[in-house]
Amino acid sequence: MGSYFTAFLIGGLICVIGQLLFDLTPFTPGHILSGFTVAGGILGGIGVYDSLIQFAGAGALLPISSFGNALAKGAMSEAARSGILGVLTGMFELTSTGITATILFGFFMAVVFKPRG
Amino acid sequence: MSAEKFKEGKGVLIDQNWFQSWHKLKQPRPPLVKNILVAFFAGGIVCLLGQFILNIYISLGVPVEQAGNPTVATVIFLAALLTGFGVFDNIARLAGAGLAVPVTGFANSVTSMAIEFRREGLVLGTGSKMFALAGSIIVFGVVTAFVVGLISALI
Repeated sequence: MGSYFTAFLIGGLICVIGQLLFDLTPFTPGHILSGFTVAGGILGGIGVYDSLIQFAGAGALLPISSFGNALAKGAMSEAARSGILGVLTGMFELTSTGITATILFGFFMAVVFKPRG
Repeated sequence: MSAEKFKEGKGVLIDQNWFQSWHKLKQPRPPLVKNILVAFFAGGIVCLLGQFILNIYISLGVPVEQAGNPTVATVIFLAALLTGFGVFDNIARLAGAGLAVPVTGFANSVTSMAIEFRREGLVLGTGSKMFALAGSIIVFGVVTAFVVGLISALI
């Protein structure tokens, strides 16, 4: 799944798209990163994002668009398995690790470190 | 500058911090080409490191298709730790989108909000404000995935 070269190249290029949007559009980072997630979800829906992960490995797995892709894939695969309610039950099937890790590590850091300034 | 100091004639007319922030605003923005190159290399290096972690998990026997999850969790941990030590912001200021677009930016926004609002308490501060910035990413991701999932279930 990906090589060091393709991970570097594709990961770098996705970040360049982000930098262009940061610098050339009036949108805030919040808008742009939400846009990345939406784009990842749509690309996941049409099956493109998985091929990108196969090609680029972590280069496609780490950008936040991968989060949208994983949400869409979880909803789609569970819907295919158990009908339309699967859209709800499968939504966080694949992203559970990322969300849980973010909440846990964020919480523990807040317990350990004091606020600055 | 406090009002008391001013009355006593001990204060200076220009607030040091205010002047510094104004001075920063007046500096020219770094050129676009430089920003793009920095974002490319920073983002590339983050993903290169991610690929290294991914390969470690695969060599430890995690199935290839499932190795992405622990990789993302490890990168989130590293970003949260660097945020806790106060290092992340310094690197991110240089790296721009190179650190904001990967999941490091997501982890950083959650962790920095969690730490910053600690002063309002663990429940009302950390607990409730943690996703103040990153929440929109989850909301719009879920709405998109809901529509995509619904369409795929119906066709």
